Amino acid sequence: MSGPTSSALPRRSELLNYRPRLADRIGEPGLRALSALAGVLAVALILWIAETVFNDAGPAITKYGLGFIGRQVWNPDANGGVGSFGALDFIYGTLVSSLIAMVIATPLAVAIALYLTELAPRVVRRPVAILVELLAAIPSVILGLWGILVLGPFLGNRLEPFLHRILGWIPLFGGIPSPYGMLTAALVLTIMALPIITAVAREVFASTPAELKEGAWALGATRWEMVRMVVLPAGRAGVVGAVILGLGRALGEAIAVTQVIGNTPQIQASLFAPAGTLAAQIASEYQSANPGLGQASLIFLAAILLVISLLVNVIARLYVRRVSVR
Amino acid sequence: MQGAAPAHRNPLAPAPGARRRRLINRAMEGVATVAAALAVAVLLLVVISVLIKGLPAINLDFLTKNPAPFGQRGGGIANSIVGSAILIGLASAMSVPVAVLIAIFTSEFAGRRTAGAIRFALDILNGVPTIVTGVFVFGLIVYGARQSGWAGGIALAVIELPIVARSAQEVLELVPRSLREAGLALGLRRWRVVLRIVLPTAAGGLITGAVLGVARVAGETAPLLFTSSIFSNFGLTTNPAQAMPNIPVTIFGLSESPSPSDHAAAWAAALVLIAFVLLLSIVARSFHERSRSRLRG
Repeated sequence: MSGPTSSALPRRSELLNYRPRLADRIGEPGLRALSALAGVLAVALILWIAETVFNDAGPAITKYGLGFIGRQVWNPDANGGVGSFGALDFIYGTLVSSLIAMVIATPLAVAIALYLTELAPRVVRRPVAILVELLAAIPSVILGLWGILVLGPFLGNRLEPFLHRILGWIPLFGGIPSPYGMLTAALVLTIMALPIITAVAREVFASTPAELKEGAWALGATRWEMVRMVVLPAGRAGVVGAVILGLGRALGEAIAVTQVIGNTPQIQASLFAPAGTLAAQIASEYQSANPGLGQASLIFLAAILLVISLLVNVIARLYVRRVSVR
Repeated sequence: MQGAAPAHRNPLAPAPGARRRRLINRAMEGVATVAAALAVAVLLLVVISVLIKGLPAINLDFLTKNPAPFGQRGGGIANSIVGSAILIGLASAMSVPVAVLIAIFTSEFAGRRTAGAIRFALDILNGVPTIVTGVFVFGLIVYGARQSGWAGGIALAVIELPIVARSAQEVLELVPRSLREAGLALGLRRWRVVLRIVLPTAAGGLITGAVLGVARVAGETAPLLFTSSIFSNFGLTTNPAQAMPNIPVTIFGLSESPSPSDHAAAWAAALVLIAFVLLLSIVARSFHERSRSRLRG
């Protein structure tokens, strides 16, 4: 009577001799190894980039060492054509333009994120969120083109003379108005960082525990009081992470900045004056850098930029991650 | 507290200061609304500028002819359109398969810690300034040789990789555990579960991730300056062994020129690029939401 059953089940001897099909014997470890290799590549790529960049900066590193950071000179014609180089002007320009952008973008982004999470009617919420995100999709070269031909002239001919007239006694607004300089670059960077900060801040605010918000409502708080006492304190760490992420984006932007900042290595108090940043300098000299010390110094700038943005990004990611874990 | 209230006060009247609090609330709501309107206005301002200034110069010649020789009028950006398409194609062909493999590794094979480390590495890679990526590929390939479409494609691939990989990871993690378990319970091997069940289920999400990656690198200029910007011939090139003209570098070059006719051409090329990028972004985004909500069930 046990006939049918025994024919449906494999016999014991068959089980012991079971070997997976050839495809499985190759495919299983194959996919595992291939995908692991790809994973290793992701990590290795960062090290590879750092190694290559520092290696190519070699001649400048041996010549100047860390003192490169503090040297305030960029003259390819000095020393009979060998050139004399330093990074201080560009580090200053990078930090100041990005910081100004953050000062303008942060309150705006927080306000937009609050509008999208707490205030906007359901119908406009998604469309507005998408439009703000599309701002991040505009290629930087187009934003730079717009900066050269629209924003720059507007600033140089209208806004800066106006600021100069009423606030000229402050050194920041003391210089001669010009279409291309620190302010124009900072505003372009603001536009680029804004959608990034907004997107992260929106997620942070949206994850505020509902019972805390309901508690505030129940106590009779107005919407703003609820935001001030519940949403903002709960989201503070996340917003800080979002701002650092936006900062990372602004620090590394090369094209749009090189188009509007004037590419002049100098440190000036006036926001109207042209300046230079690490990334913009690399982009503006890509063709003219002569092989040798000039090129190595340019790549040294890239190495410094890499270190700064790696630091900023690591801090931002750890921050955002800690917040989201909590 | 309640007993201490003056007897003549209506207990249902608004608390003292309610008016002020309401006004502050109104003001803050106004500030938030204005901020959102401002961001949308900036987007529209840029897009409308490009439309108004670019549209007059767009015609069939502009899209189908190569640039006119120096000093002559007319001509178009056909060589840049073809070059960009090839560069993006090379970059995607290199980065998308690797990105999907990385996602397969982190979601199917790797332990929690390894997966977290790789995710972190991808986020950091995504934060590397694109000009530095250009310098990297320059040092790796171009230095001592010359610029080429290959070098440009590799530079773009390095930028596209973390974007596509991160979105692929998120999509694969949305594939229900029960589907995988069903496959395993039927005796399927892990790799067959991945190829026959997980990937087909996630296909829509994977494709939108790749499209977003394409939209991102289509507008990248900085990495191409060092890898595919100095052309030996300004005609049509389809050979990636040569430096290939491309739309972003063309816009960059024209934008730095003092000539108004170059500016007009720059706006027109910008219109072609922004239309392509925004269209891809919008399409990918709408699919994105749909494929995700379907996976979530």
